[in-house]
Amino acid sequence: MTEALLGSAIIGALKHSGVGYVLAVPDITTSDGLLWPISRDPELKLVRVCKEDEAVSIAAGLSFADRRALVLIQNTGFFDSINALRVIACEYQLPICCMIGLQGKEPEVQPEASARYGVRIVPPLLDALGMEYHLVQTPGQVAVIGPAIEAAYITPKPVALLIGRSPLP
Amino acid sequence: MMKRDQCLKILARGIGEDDIVVPVYQAAFEWMLIRPSDLNYVTTGAMGQASSHALGLALAFPGRRVLVIDGDGSLLMNLGALITCAEQNPPNLYHFLGNNGVYEANGSHPLPGAGKTDFCALARAAGFPAAHRFADLGDFEAGLPAVLQAPGPVFVDLHVKQGESYPQDYTQLHSAERRARFKQAVNLTAAARP
Repeated sequence: MTEALLGSAIIGALKHSGVGYVLAVPDITTSDGLLWPISRDPELKLVRVCKEDEAVSIAAGLSFADRRALVLIQNTGFFDSINALRVIACEYQLPICCMIGLQGKEPEVQPEASARYGVRIVPPLLDALGMEYHLVQTPGQVAVIGPAIEAAYITPKPVALLIGRSPLP
Repeated sequence: MMKRDQCLKILARGIGEDDIVVPVYQAAFEWMLIRPSDLNYVTTGAMGQASSHALGLALAFPGRRVLVIDGDGSLLMNLGALITCAEQNPPNLYHFLGNNGVYEANGSHPLPGAGKTDFCALARAAGFPAAHRFADLGDFEAGLPAVLQAPGPVFVDLHVKQGESYPQDYTQLHSAERRARFKQAVNLTAAARP
């Protein structure tokens, strides 16, 4: 049996990497394990946005003061924000760090192998954008979060962290 | 109806040298010549996104005033940003709208709802505590100081038409060099400034 993915571990990794802002549209994959706990966490400033491309642009503005932010969205929101990501994150090479819940992905499969069209096209779309990404669906993979965010802000460059199963609160 | 460049010249006289300004498209081309400054943030990238960049800047730099010079076509592409901004309630954010009823950067086609949409009403309904409308240069010049002295977020609907012709250099709107200069300038403290 696969060990559970814990939201608290992900939130700890975010804080450890200096993230102070979370810019979010609710995602059913990360709702209970991440967004609700983040909304109650006094160390994280949650900005609820109406649409995901707003979050990309707010993160861009914050980055000019080196304020680290996480864009926490669903794969559907990723699709909706591709134009903003295309130019602001990828062409401008700003440190836009996205955490994307893969709604409906089967817990044990890789995203590319999902039976869900809206899941399996996420990695090739990120490849097409030229945007680095990492899968986070096991407790061990939480370790990629810190170095990925650090590299995004130091380089700078965008990065996507794909949440492949619902983290437990 | 005011000529936009005349309007922008009044705005430029009314703001401080430490203020961040986020103008879009034709207003950006005009603004870069009217108020040359490394604190002009013009690389907003995607249409409609200026007000969201500005919100990020306002949160990041609470000690500076941040002014957006948006377009009505741009705002229509990101109307939810009014609600997000009002929810955050940044006291240093001023959202100016160049309201001319057309997608000027894309062939001057009319906007849906041109001449009928009440943007001040939309801003107030979104939760902006203050929204002002100006269609006369004299009124704008007289009213601007009070607008800028009030705590934000403030919305200002400017009814404008094209004025003088200004060169359109789209490379400036995506310039990496401009972003680098902005970052350096915005992080200088007043004491460190030459």
